[in-house]
Amino acid sequence: MDLSFVILVEILYAVASLALISAGLAVVFGMMKVINLAHGEFMMMGGYVTITAVNLGINVFIAMLIIAPLIVGFIGLIVERLVIRHLYGRLVDTMLATWGLSLFFIGMATMIFGNTTTSITTPITGFAVGSYQINGYNFFIIFVSIILMIGMYVLLKTTRLGLIARGTMQRSDIAAALGYSSDRIYMTTFFCGAALSGLAGAVLAPLVGLVPTSGGAYIAKAFITVIAGGPSLITGLLSSSSLFGVVNQIFTFGISPVFGEVALLITAVILLRLLPQGVTGKFFKGKM
Amino acid sequence: MPQFWRKSDSTAIVVALLLMWLMPFLISTYTLTVLVIYGMLGLSLGLIWGFGGILCFGQAAFFGLGAYTYAIAAINIGESTIPMLLAVFVPALFAALLGAMMFYGRLTDVYLGVITLVVTLILFKFVNSTAGPQYTIGEARLGGFNGIPGFHTLNIPGLPEEFIWGDALYYVCAVALFLAYFFVTWLLRTSFGRIAIGIRENETRVSLMGYDVRARKTALFAIGAAIAGLAGAFFANWGEIVTPGLFSLGQSAEVIIWCIVGGLGTRFGPIIGAAGLAYLKFLLGQQTFIDNTLITGIILVLFVLFLPKGIVPAVSSLWQISFGRRASRKSANRRPRRKVRNANG
Repeated sequence: MDLSFVILVEILYAVASLALISAGLAVVFGMMKVINLAHGEFMMMGGYVTITAVNLGINVFIAMLIIAPLIVGFIGLIVERLVIRHLYGRLVDTMLATWGLSLFFIGMATMIFGNTTTSITTPITGFAVGSYQINGYNFFIIFVSIILMIGMYVLLKTTRLGLIARGTMQRSDIAAALGYSSDRIYMTTFFCGAALSGLAGAVLAPLVGLVPTSGGAYIAKAFITVIAGGPSLITGLLSSSSLFGVVNQIFTFGISPVFGEVALLITAVILLRLLPQGVTGKFFKGKM
Repeated sequence: MPQFWRKSDSTAIVVALLLMWLMPFLISTYTLTVLVIYGMLGLSLGLIWGFGGILCFGQAAFFGLGAYTYAIAAINIGESTIPMLLAVFVPALFAALLGAMMFYGRLTDVYLGVITLVVTLILFKFVNSTAGPQYTIGEARLGGFNGIPGFHTLNIPGLPEEFIWGDALYYVCAVALFLAYFFVTWLLRTSFGRIAIGIRENETRVSLMGYDVRARKTALFAIGAAIAGLAGAFFANWGEIVTPGLFSLGQSAEVIIWCIVGGLGTRFGPIIGAAGLAYLKFLLGQQTFIDNTLITGIILVLFVLFLPKGIVPAVSSLWQISFGRRASRKSANRRPRRKVRNANG
């Protein structure tokens, strides 16, 4: 009983963290068909911003939920204006340019923070379920992911901004003909995407020891989750992160954490082979 | 019928021999050997990406697989000839299986990128976790994060005690690169190579002409992997240790950067890009003022933005404009541009 509860929480946590780390990438990819390979480094920067802010004496929740997304969002804005703006519509070139940016940010972080592990303590303490100990912070991550998904849904479905965004996503030329500057919409989207990445990195920062290269641990997973999710933003994100999260945890508990990771990756390969357009390319068509 | 011997080949041979003879005066052969090996790795991706239009994010997987195959086989066999052959053959077989899975599923650009990336990660994670004594192949322990040291290095075929190392290893690698270069040149002149370029330009059209695009892409992918595997085997001999770092994403990224910087769609570009950037990295590694990765990143971004065709095509078109005659300029214009390829996926 206790064990099944622990496993349930762990599965929920795995799904939630996958959705969280992929959200920023999914927004940028779904909206502009740009694969941002510097996504992991945006997360890494979000983590560093949080740690720096906490060390300066700011409340950890304010640092995580407000300061980190804003600062990383602005870094994203600068990057979009300087580099990515020139490469729209060239999928492979944007991938390569953002890969270059990711190396640049790693180098930057190494020069500023040094190649050492920094970390902060988790702000929520754990508690015991029967004879097992559960990390209370996991619930916070699940909570943040749920709020984030609902927030994205409400924003896209009910507001005028969301309507324009969805319109641009489908036919940017028609949106432009109706008088909405796609340049500006793309800029805003990239800001939001970067801010989401920053948020994800910040929220996950207390769980991991942060090094300049820790973005690399996320990018592959986020990349796979987004591509496997397919064209629909929220449904795709939820379906693929659920699938991968469950597979990962089953194999982690069944065999070992390494096999959990490998099973996730193998599932991704099989999934892409069977459904090359992603889950939502085949099912839930036309949903968000 | 394609011409199998052209005038430019003689020039290339003379230039290659001169370089092979002159370079050791400038750079120590120890460094030079690894530059040559990286050149070979660059060439392998240059072939499948530049001429086949297959963007592989996991060329390092084949490189690492070649190195590991060599190390494991060398420990078990105790000499180097058969391990060298295996190091070419195993990655090629692996790539053929992987390629068949991808190309018969008609996967293209991004999805291809994701799968090759994921396969590299799987190998990296798996090899990294093989530290325990239960992971052995024959007499070789996989060693997890620490890798496999102390295997039998390259020897003269048939004489297991006559090791090839130091300067001799450099000349062997240089000749191997030379042969790989001419193999690629020859391959691109056969009908196989010309159809591969056709597939890069317009896959649908080539398949409508009756060619089996899937089989041809798979074959090209396997050939690229074989060259990468050979480079990996030489790397194992040079470093005398193989570690999971060979499979890392950073290694894959570097190969792609070499190709972009050197120039896609050329044979010489990726070699120059690889050797040049690896040497730059070596030089930058000797100072602590500015971080190495930062420079690599800036170089990649700048090249994608301002010189997306790479150094070699840029220099050769500059040469054509300055010194070329009208006729040769026309033939230069007929060369495919990268934009065209992207539009067709």
